[in-house]
Amino acid sequence: MTERPVEDLTFEEALKELEDVVGKLERGDVALEDSIALYDRGAALKKRCETKLAEAEEKVAKITLGSDGQPTGTAPLDD
Amino acid sequence: MDLFEEDAPSGNTPEFSVAEISGAVKRTIEGEFGHVRVRGEVGRVVIARTGHMYFDLKDDRATLACVSWKGQVSRLSHRPEEGMEVIATGKMTTFGPQSKYQLNVEDVAPAGAGALMAMLEKRKAMLQAEGLFAPERKAALPFLPEVIGVVTSPTGAVIRDILHRLRDRFPRKVLVWPVAVQGKACAPDVAAAIEGFNRMTPGGALPRPDLLIVARGGGSIEDLWGFNEEIVARAAAASEIPLISAVGHETDTTLIDYVSDYRAPTPTAAAERAVPVRLELMAWVESQGGRLGQAMQQALRQREQRLRDIARALPKGDAILAPYRQAFDVNAEKLPVALRTATARKALRLSEAGGSLRPSVLQSRMRQAARELAQPAARLDPALARYAKDQRRALEALSARMRPDTLARETRRERERLARVSRQFADAARRLEDGRRARLEALDRLRETLGYKETLKRGYAVVRGDGALVTGTEAAQAARELELEFADGKVTVGGGGKPKKPAPKAPPEQGTLL
Repeated sequence: MTERPVEDLTFEEALKELEDVVGKLERGDVALEDSIALYDRGAALKKRCETKLAEAEEKVAKITLGSDGQPTGTAPLDD
Repeated sequence: MDLFEEDAPSGNTPEFSVAEISGAVKRTIEGEFGHVRVRGEVGRVVIARTGHMYFDLKDDRATLACVSWKGQVSRLSHRPEEGMEVIATGKMTTFGPQSKYQLNVEDVAPAGAGALMAMLEKRKAMLQAEGLFAPERKAALPFLPEVIGVVTSPTGAVIRDILHRLRDRFPRKVLVWPVAVQGKACAPDVAAAIEGFNRMTPGGALPRPDLLIVARGGGSIEDLWGFNEEIVARAAAASEIPLISAVGHETDTTLIDYVSDYRAPTPTAAAERAVPVRLELMAWVESQGGRLGQAMQQALRQREQRLRDIARALPKGDAILAPYRQAFDVNAEKLPVALRTATARKALRLSEAGGSLRPSVLQSRMRQAARELAQPAARLDPALARYAKDQRRALEALSARMRPDTLARETRRERERLARVSRQFADAARRLEDGRRARLEALDRLRETLGYKETLKRGYAVVRGDGALVTGTEAAQAARELELEFADGKVTVGGGGKPKKPAPKAPPEQGTLL
């Protein structure tokens, strides 16, 4: 199994793989060496998920349009 | 008005030109019907090359000619379609050159919900036939979009609801494309916004959204009508960015809902569908992390337990060693005693053996040996002398028989015999040689007398004709040239005589047979 670096995974992919890793470890039918590697992978995936979750940032902008209807930039959205 | 009402004699009736009366009628009609709403069914619609639109409105009893000038056509909130029940708004006017009155239409609206729905069904059927509603066209929504593009009015409850719900669940970057959500500008605005978002490049100055929400709050069917327009539906269908539609309330279904990738019943629901709940995810990730750790610990504990179990089954080192250790102890105790015993035993044997070992024994055995040796030694000298004497005697006897004069006499005799034989051999050889030489000389002399050259000296000659020896006249005559050899040389003479045979002559001529 070739593992992709966790940085290349989308949040959803990392989430899914973390679930798989946990499931495999919990079934307990993995050799000890493999389970250690699996654990490390799981920890990296968890970190990746946490990083993506920490990136939650609200930034709201309104697109400003030129006279031709094309976007010219952004402006704050005044509620 | 009194012009027409007054029943006056023709002489008093004022006279109009055609243009005058036409202008008067125009003024009257325009004055009276400056703003009217007319309901009717649309007849044939024609758009002239100039851009003006001509159509008829009719009911079961009358027909009204309608015209919309080019500038007005683009501002119509609905395009009249043949068969459509509409309410046209405008003013009445006339067209003098054809003696015609007509309605100048400024706006067209479907007459009632029924007409609108009928038109909508027609559009739906068309788009469905094109396959734009097919489930396989629906794109999957991203699990966690980074940038969300919202197409809606920048003011009002809708955008606030969406932002609020996003903030609650998972704060994201939101780009709002402001559009009119009702009225004539609505459809072109919304279509342009969807297309505009799709034209953005990912990571550009304006980040391209990875999810679009097209939203509008509740309203009448007329209010929501922009989202039933074909251009909006086509723009949404063509969007490469997954699109959630959320127009009106749950019971309102607009055309865009059929082509969007997901139809949310309300703008708030759209925001809920757009992002997962961050806190739930964090808790979930946390729980996965916990389970990960526990599973790992469990794996280690299980193996530890197994190790302990196996180790317990393994016999203790002490137990294995105990008998050996005891044997060692026993033997270690016995060791000094055994050594002493062994030493004593060896010492005893040594003393036993050493007891019989004395110098007198050795001396007596040496004396015995010396005695035994003395006897043959005494006989050794006389025996040698005797043997030497015998040998010398034998040598002397042989020497006496060996005399030099005997050998010299023998040598002399043999030498004389050799000289005699040598002389005899030389004599015999000489005699043999003399005889042979005499015989050779005699033979040579004979050879001389027998050779033809001696004969030549006596006056004879040898004759050769043409190189061959000539011994007779016949041969001499035949030869062309004769050579005479004398004792002192050779002479050549001409051919001998005339030829024996005359040259052959031509045979006599014979008569012809014919």
